[in-house]
Amino acid sequence: MQDLIQHLINGLGLGAIYALIALGYTMVYGVLQMINFAHSDVYMVGAFAAYYAARWFNLESMPGVVSFAILLLAAITGCALLGLLIERFAYRPLRNAPKLNILITAIGVSLLLEYSGQVIFGADPKVFPEVLNNTPLFEMAGVSFKLFDFLVIGVGLVAMAVLHFLIYHTKQGRAMRAVSVNPRVASILGVNVDRTIVFTFVLGSALAGVGSVLVGVKYPKIEPLMGMMIGLKAFVAAVLGGIGNIMGAVLGGLIMGLSEEMVVAYLSSTYRDAVAFGILILILIVRPSGLLGRNQTEKL
Amino acid sequence: MKSSLTAVLALAFVVGCTKNENEIVVGEYGSLTGGMATFGVSTHKGIQLAFDEINDKGGIKSKKIKLITLDDQGKDTEVASVVTKLITQHKAVAILGEVASGLSKVAAPIAQQNKVPMITPSSTNPEVTKLGEYIFRVCFIDPFQGFVMAKFASENLKAKKAAIFRDVKNDYSVGLADVFAAEFKKMGGEIVIDTAYQQNDIDFKAQLTQIKSKTPDVIFVPGYYTEVGLIAKQAKELALTAPLLGGDGWDSPKLNEIGKDAINGNYFSNHYTTESTDPATIEFVTKFKAKYNEVPDGLAALGYDAARILAAAMERTTELTPSNIRDEIAKTKEFIGATGKITINEERNAVKSAVVVQVENENRKYVTTVSP
Amino acid sequence: MRSKIRAPLLALLIVNVLVMLLGFFTDAYVQLNILFIVVNVLMALSLNLVNGFTGQFSLGHAGFMAVGAYTAVFFVTKIYFAPGLLGLFLIGIYSIAGGLLAALAGYLVGLPSLRLRGDYLAIVTLGFGEIIRVVLLNMEFLGGPRGIAGIPPIPSIQIGSFEISSFYVAFFYASSWAVVCFFSLWRLCYSQYGLSFLGVREDEIAAEAMGVPTTKVKVRAFVLSSFFAGVAGSLMAHFTSYISPASFSFLLSVNAVIMVVLGGMGSLTGSILAAAIITVLPEALRPLQEITGVDLRMVIYALALVLIMIIRPTGLFGDREWPEIWRSWKTTRNLKKQTAAQKQSQSARSSS
Repeated sequence: MQDLIQHLINGLGLGAIYALIALGYTMVYGVLQMINFAHSDVYMVGAFAAYYAARWFNLESMPGVVSFAILLLAAITGCALLGLLIERFAYRPLRNAPKLNILITAIGVSLLLEYSGQVIFGADPKVFPEVLNNTPLFEMAGVSFKLFDFLVIGVGLVAMAVLHFLIYHTKQGRAMRAVSVNPRVASILGVNVDRTIVFTFVLGSALAGVGSVLVGVKYPKIEPLMGMMIGLKAFVAAVLGGIGNIMGAVLGGLIMGLSEEMVVAYLSSTYRDAVAFGILILILIVRPSGLLGRNQTEKL
Repeated sequence: MKSSLTAVLALAFVVGCTKNENEIVVGEYGSLTGGMATFGVSTHKGIQLAFDEINDKGGIKSKKIKLITLDDQGKDTEVASVVTKLITQHKAVAILGEVASGLSKVAAPIAQQNKVPMITPSSTNPEVTKLGEYIFRVCFIDPFQGFVMAKFASENLKAKKAAIFRDVKNDYSVGLADVFAAEFKKMGGEIVIDTAYQQNDIDFKAQLTQIKSKTPDVIFVPGYYTEVGLIAKQAKELALTAPLLGGDGWDSPKLNEIGKDAINGNYFSNHYTTESTDPATIEFVTKFKAKYNEVPDGLAALGYDAARILAAAMERTTELTPSNIRDEIAKTKEFIGATGKITINEERNAVKSAVVVQVENENRKYVTTVSP
Repeated sequence: MRSKIRAPLLALLIVNVLVMLLGFFTDAYVQLNILFIVVNVLMALSLNLVNGFTGQFSLGHAGFMAVGAYTAVFFVTKIYFAPGLLGLFLIGIYSIAGGLLAALAGYLVGLPSLRLRGDYLAIVTLGFGEIIRVVLLNMEFLGGPRGIAGIPPIPSIQIGSFEISSFYVAFFYASSWAVVCFFSLWRLCYSQYGLSFLGVREDEIAAEAMGVPTTKVKVRAFVLSSFFAGVAGSLMAHFTSYISPASFSFLLSVNAVIMVVLGGMGSLTGSILAAAIITVLPEALRPLQEITGVDLRMVIYALALVLIMIIRPTGLFGDREWPEIWRSWKTTRNLKKQTAAQKQSQSARSSS
């Protein structure tokens, strides 16, 4: 019983991280119908932005909420800027190109960031500044509940709520939805398509920044290739929940985290990644639009 | 069309291979970029330091050593290509390299076929040096370290139940884990759980929770410092108190930076301790700090030793040919390196004793010595 | 029948004679890279059938290569191997076995993919590739993460007192596969039957309406493509003498896709050119590393990739083949000449 509760907490904590990153994938996909492969590397750059900010301001010597906020700000700014640049210089020229080209560009940007990262930041892992203590909050059934897990889950839920509000209750959100349905018609009706897409990218990248700081605080090892696997899994989570769907991303992330945890706990630790992809394949065969996705009919 | 293209490209290949008579060309291949880059870069720093030092003292037989380092990105096709290039185009008289045993296994047959000696600083898989009489190593082999830690666990720590937590993507880790399991059982212990993670994972709580439920006396984690730091941290968060044991893959200052105080009190087998009074070790550490402004890790020390053993062998030859160098490397006896006294045995493996050290912040406290 | 095999044999002969001549003034390093070019050609050609001609999107090519490579290597190292001509024959049989098993894997992957398209298919194939890798990691009898070392190279052949060195035999063997692959794909894709592949790519619903069995076509493309991928994997294993699950990572699949897109989706000759470029480019950039001290090759490679996508999104050849491009280039050149001549005569007339 004690183990089960512990596993549940672990799984939710991990799942919340997948969810946070999955939100970025899902937003971009929802509006542009493209897999932004570089998203996971934007996340990596966010972690390094926070790392260098911490060294610049010497934040580790004064741990606390303020320092944490500065880290968040640094990561968000770094990621948003990078997202802006990527959209402007890599994706915008290809707006009307075939899907495969866009995907390959995304992979190219991803490789570019990873390998530039290895050259600029160095290939060795860096230690993320420790600005918060993982204090135990309370204890139940012999299991201690710690701050970070709640922080990650809390931030994930807040991000989801904010995004939901933004998309369904603001003018900007309406523009995003319009572009997502049909960019050409949207532009006829007075939506500035370019600006909307840029907004989406910046927002998605900023979310990656938030994710990177939370991951950095929880798992204080950052390196240029850190985005690879976690990005892939977050993407799987987004597809699982129904890509383009905000709630779906969070649901998918949590399911991924929990199922990975349970596979390790009760089946086999070596097949952890295989199971993650197995779930994905199964879902896509049974329900290609994901758990919460809309079923799209083929248009002639 | 394809062929005319290759002809043009082939011409582009064959440039810049003039040989300077006053230089000795030594080739190094390693992953300077890619997933294993952190290990490749460390090794390279050690090798570079050794050769710079020798060149400052006038080189070998009044010739300077020219180190040519080529990046293989950790891919086996690149290794094959790079090692062939080092031998055939740069005319390297000897080759140093690769951390990963798998990649050394790609290079070894090529070196063997061309009769150029190769010393791997840190490929621990026993098979590597069996690939030919031109292949040497300066590190421990898997069976030895696995045995050392099994013996330490059962004799010094009086452990009866051990858990194994291996990196299934890493042949080094799997090698050590297999040997540890076999030896520990032979010594009357029991492996209560044998579970796995993968390189570059960051979350280990699922496995650690499971390990905790089996209440082992010790946990054997034969991975690299990149993951072990996080494992120790998460084990502490789960109130898992059994000590962690590991191999020389732990040896890096990053281990403490990542693991913070959670890593303290754990043990691993290594070549030296920080308390070492061995002048060779102290000298290496100070020189390394002076040059790179960082504390060396075990891979850098092994790279340094591999390079110096090679240099010493070259110094002893009457004529600098690859086969002479090979013969002299094979005769290496009681070489005083940064990682201890190294003797090359008939299987072309390094024979040296291991120390078991306990982590205490930046220090590695001496616990016991195990001789082969 | 005779005319059908004449062109492939001729191509094989020309390529081999050229490489033989080239072999006199190249070293082992260049030779090895020539072999890698052939492997990549096979890889790119086979993927082009799925990604280029059929318009499906596979990101799991490395997985099929792994299946082929491991099968062939299993036979070579664990069952039976002999030197000389017999060895070459055995390697051939084992490569076919590897290809067949890879084709089976392709069939299994192809089936569920019928329901998916575009990005989803890409992710599913990527997932399959990863699953194959994880399974291999856990197979102790195939070496697990340690892989299999000491795979024999393609043997040299003794004919009387004359010995054909390993490289020429290897190149002959590999290029035979490339020629077989190229001609079978060419004849398939540019036949009446091949139109069904294009039909699926251009408009699946329309193709279905015209009576093309789209599901069958897709599965066939996957199976055939996987077969040659498996063969390519087995070749690679012999050339590097070592394989491990890490050899068949996601990056290898990406590399294959890049070759196809760079050459042009639906252009077989384009794939050949692109495979050669992608193999040689990183090697040709090596001297740069010796100068700068840091390895910028992958940075340049990634940057080039993005730029090519932006500047020339159709790839080098688009969906046209080399003869067509050659002809159209000649026509435009002639046209230019004509207009120039016309202008000249015009100006001559006006000045007079």
